[in-house]
Amino acid sequence: MKSVAEHEAEIIENFELFDEWTDKYQYIIELGQKLPPLDEQFKTDDRKIKGCQSSVWLNAYEKDGNVFFEADSDSTFVKGEIALLIQVLSGQSPDAIVNAQLGFIDAIGLRQHVAVTRANGLAAMIKQMKLYALGISSTTKQQQ
Amino acid sequence: MNTEVPIPAIQSQQYCAGLRADFPILNEKPYGKPLIYFDNAATSQKPAIVIEALQEYYATYNANIHRGVHFLSQKASQAFDDVRVKVQEFIHASSEREIIFTRGTTESVNLVAATYGRKNIGAGDEIIVSAMEHHSNIVPWQLLCEEKGAKLRVIEMNDAGELIIDSFKSLLNEKTKFVAIVHTSNSLGTINPVKEIIALAHERNIPVLVDGAQAVAHSKIDVQDLDCDFFAFSGHKMFGPTGVGVLYGKLNLLENMPPYQGGGEMIHSVSFEKTTFNEVPFKFEAGTPNIADVIALGTAIDYMNGIDLNSVAAFEQELLAHATEGLKKIPHVKLIGTASKKSSVVSFVIEGVNALDAGMYLDTLGIAVRTGLHCTEPVMQRFGIPGTIRASFMFYNTFTEIDQLLDGVKKAIQLLRRD
Repeated sequence: MKSVAEHEAEIIENFELFDEWTDKYQYIIELGQKLPPLDEQFKTDDRKIKGCQSSVWLNAYEKDGNVFFEADSDSTFVKGEIALLIQVLSGQSPDAIVNAQLGFIDAIGLRQHVAVTRANGLAAMIKQMKLYALGISSTTKQQQ
Repeated sequence: MNTEVPIPAIQSQQYCAGLRADFPILNEKPYGKPLIYFDNAATSQKPAIVIEALQEYYATYNANIHRGVHFLSQKASQAFDDVRVKVQEFIHASSEREIIFTRGTTESVNLVAATYGRKNIGAGDEIIVSAMEHHSNIVPWQLLCEEKGAKLRVIEMNDAGELIIDSFKSLLNEKTKFVAIVHTSNSLGTINPVKEIIALAHERNIPVLVDGAQAVAHSKIDVQDLDCDFFAFSGHKMFGPTGVGVLYGKLNLLENMPPYQGGGEMIHSVSFEKTTFNEVPFKFEAGTPNIADVIALGTAIDYMNGIDLNSVAAFEQELLAHATEGLKKIPHVKLIGTASKKSSVVSFVIEGVNALDAGMYLDTLGIAVRTGLHCTEPVMQRFGIPGTIRASFMFYNTFTEIDQLLDGVKKAIQLLRRD
């Protein structure tokens, strides 16, 4: 099992192949197209993160003390972003998720294209993933 | 398409091509690609003289106005006051006192709702807006309705995105106390028959506010000919700076309205027992005004006065026709807003392609469009769509740029649509 940092390093290395934003865009679109769709039963309002221009449905579950994510969006680009976040965060421990700095978003040049506009719910998505992890972590601690 | 302008096509095209050089930003190269700026309905670009006017003000005569006894203050006051007259002439108001400077169209509408509206709208009264209003011309009235127990009524539109005049007529009744209507739709491009709407409302002595934000850069506005009671617009959509706008109001209405915000400039005298207010328009302009941007707005008006608006309007209609015809030929593209009288805006959806994804793809090509709801969520609900891709043209755009947009749309479909 790779750590958050190892996954981030891998993504940064992959993106180093691209100089131009247009190539990065197309790569993220490819990731989005490859992301398995979320089962319809999970596309409920309580799993929905509403951005200004796209909707994201995020489902989380715990297995052996780790948190797993699956998600979908009506935007393929946003699905590509989700794929990157899932690669880094899904299957990690709640603490690792809560503490993840996610510097790769800056390093691959994604932040400048999405974070400053309300169009894209990247920040809201990360926040929701961390909240899930926090929730699962506190439930687990209560059980102990 | 507007077919009533008889200016030879090639002449207006050459004329507008010459104006491109006035806009330095058009030389920018996002991602190393020549900028194709098709987000003019969001904000227009600025000619060099407007940018220079801002620079000159701050570099050579920045001072607070109307109170200073010194040279700079008098120069700045004079420049500021001159713009009120320029605006008056620009929209053909009958007095410069009918011109109030605001932060923009949104504040202009809010000012009317908070002053005229609060004073004159009561429980059970009705305010009419249209189905294609920008949120800025919905929410201030909704807030007022909630406060007063009044009701918001909505003029319907047809599938082409045209207002149904019979729907408006059927809404008018003895409870109707105000009409707020958009001149030109930002998301559909529809140019509304505002003069007819105003005349119908006036038959019942109902005042009308016109949201002119999208109209001022593309057509000559004459508030006396329209006979509107209020007219709101923004400087930044007509080649001026951001942060400055105008509210025109008929003088007799303005004089009977309570103040908007309290502070300096808007008062006549202040004591702890009683404050008396300055006269119109200063009563509505509390605090130090946006001096620099007002002065640069004056320069933007000078710029517009210096261009041949007929040639410009004719060319913009040709750009619209070229884009419309081109988009119609692309499979899976559906135009939203096909009114017979339109401003140079094309709004469209691509079946099977998310608008945000397509907009981001066009951006990688250096093409700036807007995607989403365009602050007109009810319009999107009316058409049952989650949002559109919108390209809005100004005279400094070209046929070649539109061809590149059409090409970009085709490529976006290849890349993004899964058959």
